[in-house]
Amino acid sequence: MRTALLGAAALVALLAAAPSPRPATVVHIRDDAFVPPSVTVRAGDQVTFINDDDDAHTATADDASWDSEGLNQGQKWTHAFAKAGKIAYHCTVHPMMHGTVIVRSGS
Amino acid sequence: MRRRDFVHHVAWTGAGIVYMLGAEGVVRATADAAPGTFSFVQISDSHIGYSGPANDDVRATLQKAVTGINAMPNQPAFVIHTGDVTHLSKAVEFDDARAILSTLRAPLITLPGEHDVIGVEGPKRFAASFGRKDAAGRGWSSWDQGGIHFVALINVGEGETMGMLGEEQLAWLQHDLAARKPETPLVVFGHVPLFAVYPEWGWTTSDGTKAIAMLRRFAAVTVLNGHIHQVVEQTDGAIRFATARSTAFPQAAPGAPGAKPGPLKVAPDSLLGVLGYRTVQVEGAGSWRERTLAQS
Repeated sequence: MRTALLGAAALVALLAAAPSPRPATVVHIRDDAFVPPSVTVRAGDQVTFINDDDDAHTATADDASWDSEGLNQGQKWTHAFAKAGKIAYHCTVHPMMHGTVIVRSGS
Repeated sequence: MRRRDFVHHVAWTGAGIVYMLGAEGVVRATADAAPGTFSFVQISDSHIGYSGPANDDVRATLQKAVTGINAMPNQPAFVIHTGDVTHLSKAVEFDDARAILSTLRAPLITLPGEHDVIGVEGPKRFAASFGRKDAAGRGWSSWDQGGIHFVALINVGEGETMGMLGEEQLAWLQHDLAARKPETPLVVFGHVPLFAVYPEWGWTTSDGTKAIAMLRRFAAVTVLNGHIHQVVEQTDGAIRFATARSTAFPQAAPGAPGAKPGPLKVAPDSLLGVLGYRTVQVEGAGSWRERTLAQS
């Protein structure tokens, strides 16, 4: 019993010490636009794309390094950005839609 | 009427009446395709997989179009689907579309729209479901039938190829047309309009002018596209352009104030009146008929 209590206490302490994950930055797809069109995150952060439109959209990196593929209205897709850099992206079915994710290094 | 003249003698209607435009002016006619004449049908933008306010059953409306075409007493030489068969390029969407389109009595030719080539798997799924074995490059092709040279172009794809033909395809087109005499009637298909309907909404082919320049030496050219879910016509010399209705949902008129591209909701009892397909009769009357699903 004592061992179990010690183990539980150790686990609680470990969880308390671990940095909590940062909430994902949200980009809405609304009225044929990425809103906001540019977001800045830290390396390791996540960005969630949510399609609010009654039309299909994608969020697709211009360099093809990531792709949400098709999102219907109400669907979302999340991607973690590991490396620092500036990544332009677009919607493959609406070529006039563009956005940018800026990833800064460090915490 | 000679075949070479047929493009000069065609006109349009959305109400089921055919107007033939000849040198003598506008002549009204009401006849359907006469027995023994060469005809084909264009359907477009079925968006299988979409379900929303603009149409909660796109499979049913595609099925209605197929049923109407199959009921034609004089079956067309072929039915061409000018793209956006699916909405999100999902495997189940291709399966559903193929299940319906495979019931057509006439041979089916299918071009991809940008909704059919989403992601890595989209182009593969389209090729597996509807690809033509005799196609070149990314799927473009041509054939001769009924005294006409038909050309099916691909102007959709990932990234820079969306709304673009590309140099490889343009070179192929130039080579393909080089062997044709100027009096050969041409009919050119593609998904995105070859001419600039409304570039701000992506309703144009960025290098379409290069293809159009190749078509100018021909006496009778017809260019039929989809993508914008409505009939818009334009004439440029001997080249006649026209876009087609969707079988799924309408879109706003190009550049309409306050509008944007995408599914447009209409009153439920009006939906079938704005969806439809096109019958093209080549010989004899040389007429084109726009048939809405309400008329099927």
